Amino acid sequence: MSARHLRLRGAALALLPVLLALVFTTAILLVAGANPFAAYGNILAGAFESPRKLADVAVAAVPLLLCAAGGLITYAAGLWNIGIEGQMIAGALATTWLINALPLPSYALLPLSVLAGPSRGTLWGLLAGVLRTFGQVNEIFAGLGLNFVATALTNYLIFGPWKPPDGATMSGTDPFPQAAWMPTLPNARMSLISFALALIAIGVVYGVLRGTHWGLKLKAIGLNAQAARRMGADTTRNMLLAFAVCGALAGLAGSLQATAVYRRLIPQISGGYGYLSLLVVLLSGSRAEWVPLVVFFFSVVQVGSPRLELRLQLDSSLGGVLQASVALFFLLIRGLRERLEGKRE
Amino acid sequence: MANSLLVETISSVIAASAPLVFASVGETLTEKAGVVNLSLDGTILLTAMTGFAVALLSGSLMLGFLAAMAVGAAIAFIIAYGSIALRQNQIALGFVLTLLCADLSSFIGNPFVRKPGPSVPHLPIPGLASISVVGPILFNQDIVVYLSYVVIVAAWLWIFKTQPGLRLRGVGERPEAAYARGVAVQKTRYLYTVLGGALVGLGGATYSLSVKLGWSHGHTTGIGWIALAIVIFGGWHPLRVALGAYLFGALKSLGSLMQPAFPNVPTQVFQTAPFALMILALLLVSGDFTERLLFYLPPRGRRLFNALLRGTPPAALGKPFRPE
Repeated sequence: MSARHLRLRGAALALLPVLLALVFTTAILLVAGANPFAAYGNILAGAFESPRKLADVAVAAVPLLLCAAGGLITYAAGLWNIGIEGQMIAGALATTWLINALPLPSYALLPLSVLAGPSRGTLWGLLAGVLRTFGQVNEIFAGLGLNFVATALTNYLIFGPWKPPDGATMSGTDPFPQAAWMPTLPNARMSLISFALALIAIGVVYGVLRGTHWGLKLKAIGLNAQAARRMGADTTRNMLLAFAVCGALAGLAGSLQATAVYRRLIPQISGGYGYLSLLVVLLSGSRAEWVPLVVFFFSVVQVGSPRLELRLQLDSSLGGVLQASVALFFLLIRGLRERLEGKRE
Repeated sequence: MANSLLVETISSVIAASAPLVFASVGETLTEKAGVVNLSLDGTILLTAMTGFAVALLSGSLMLGFLAAMAVGAAIAFIIAYGSIALRQNQIALGFVLTLLCADLSSFIGNPFVRKPGPSVPHLPIPGLASISVVGPILFNQDIVVYLSYVVIVAAWLWIFKTQPGLRLRGVGERPEAAYARGVAVQKTRYLYTVLGGALVGLGGATYSLSVKLGWSHGHTTGIGWIALAIVIFGGWHPLRVALGAYLFGALKSLGSLMQPAFPNVPTQVFQTAPFALMILALLLVSGDFTERLLFYLPPRGRRLFNALLRGTPPAALGKPFRPE
């Protein structure tokens, strides 16, 4: 086969999971008695119909890129860091606390509040890391339990100490003072600073995993922790470091959600991005260079699907079904392909 | 008076724990064969929705339960096929299915949210129910709760007292050795993964048709993770796993009983307690420091503690097997 053929075949195989996922969601829409074309049309329109919506796609891409960048690091070390969601929340909480506590001018408050996120996210990530490395508690359970704790803590703060003077509601705390608002594009929620930070993060992680000694060490640990230990890698220290780096990136994402997007603390501040980012890591084949493309697709679905509720009275969770089923078909097709190739040899 | 209140509370704990018993005993069977079905939280959501929706639409509780079990088995089959035949990571498959099933339950279940629907009728067992204390606790329940007793005992007998159970343990502990002795390792893994999935589905339907009636978005969120943790806490032993499920149910109901007594404690503390408890319990059963703590116990105490709290996972848990 020529190189061109191979490339074409590669592209077709890469699109196959998306195609199968669409077939799957179409079947579900038909069962639900909805018009699939109207549904997909609305998702696309919801993401592309105006510059403002397009900016929203970029807004959704920021936490996904940051969390996926962190997820790539822990995944490289063979860790299932389901706690990213909680690390995001921890970041948002730290930012809100700092903004409430320090009446500073904008030029000091903004950088400080954005730095508060990664610092607390790191600690929250390390908590799961310590439970895993020193307590032998699987990071899936540690992370997940801590997610629930972080969510409850947020609700407690919103309905307790941080409740607005005229009563607590599900819409969250009072808006932050303007000094703490991350500047955004006119008439949109998109912050260029956030977007740049997210791109830098994924770029740096790409470099770290590809070209540094530490990246190599993480991958060695991920492939075979015992062998890596025998070769002299300090697995405990490196795993903790991976948790810390991932926590910092997720914490930054949480911070930015609070200061640039919602400009207050809301109960669902993490918005499921932590869980979604793990799907992104899977779909990218844990390769950073593929992450932006997957994130773009996920963000479009994320921004477009709420329109299903407004226009078609369908639940917006169809977007989540689409995202997760692409990941499922990706895994199954990868397996089928390996199996076919294995048989041919 | 206080006595009857206690009996009533214990009886309600037994009933409320039935879904957790089904799910965690089902997962125990799956993991005994060496397969992890991580999708429990999503599977329970989807099957709770399926059970309720099918029972409501068809007017038959039986169909509701069967449909939920079929869905649970189908999801488990995807994990078995994906990990055994296609050699993909079990954890990845389970995680993806967790999210997929949760969103599916929200989307498909949307028209059924907060609709009144059927529920499993109360069915005291004549004679047995009138035994003092034990009767009202164990035998004044519905048929699904009785089935949960059967499942616990049957799983224990099956795993530890029968030939197929011995083969099952062999497949989960040392698949190479089992294979060498002529056990069909992969087939066994398929079988118990699917069987475990069906039990998880039964648990889901029990939730929506017998315990927390009806359907709403995220109706059972969190229960699946608790069930997975209970399997570890129970040391992969059906009786201890069931004990763990009841213990958890008891602590939960203790929490809701205590809540009015402590109006100053924020409600979120009671809501998160299960998950904080989950981490602590796992720390207790798998952490190294427990080993060090045990050192200070007299030998007999140490043995008792080990038998009650420590457990080792099946040696080949989560590891693919490649017959050469």
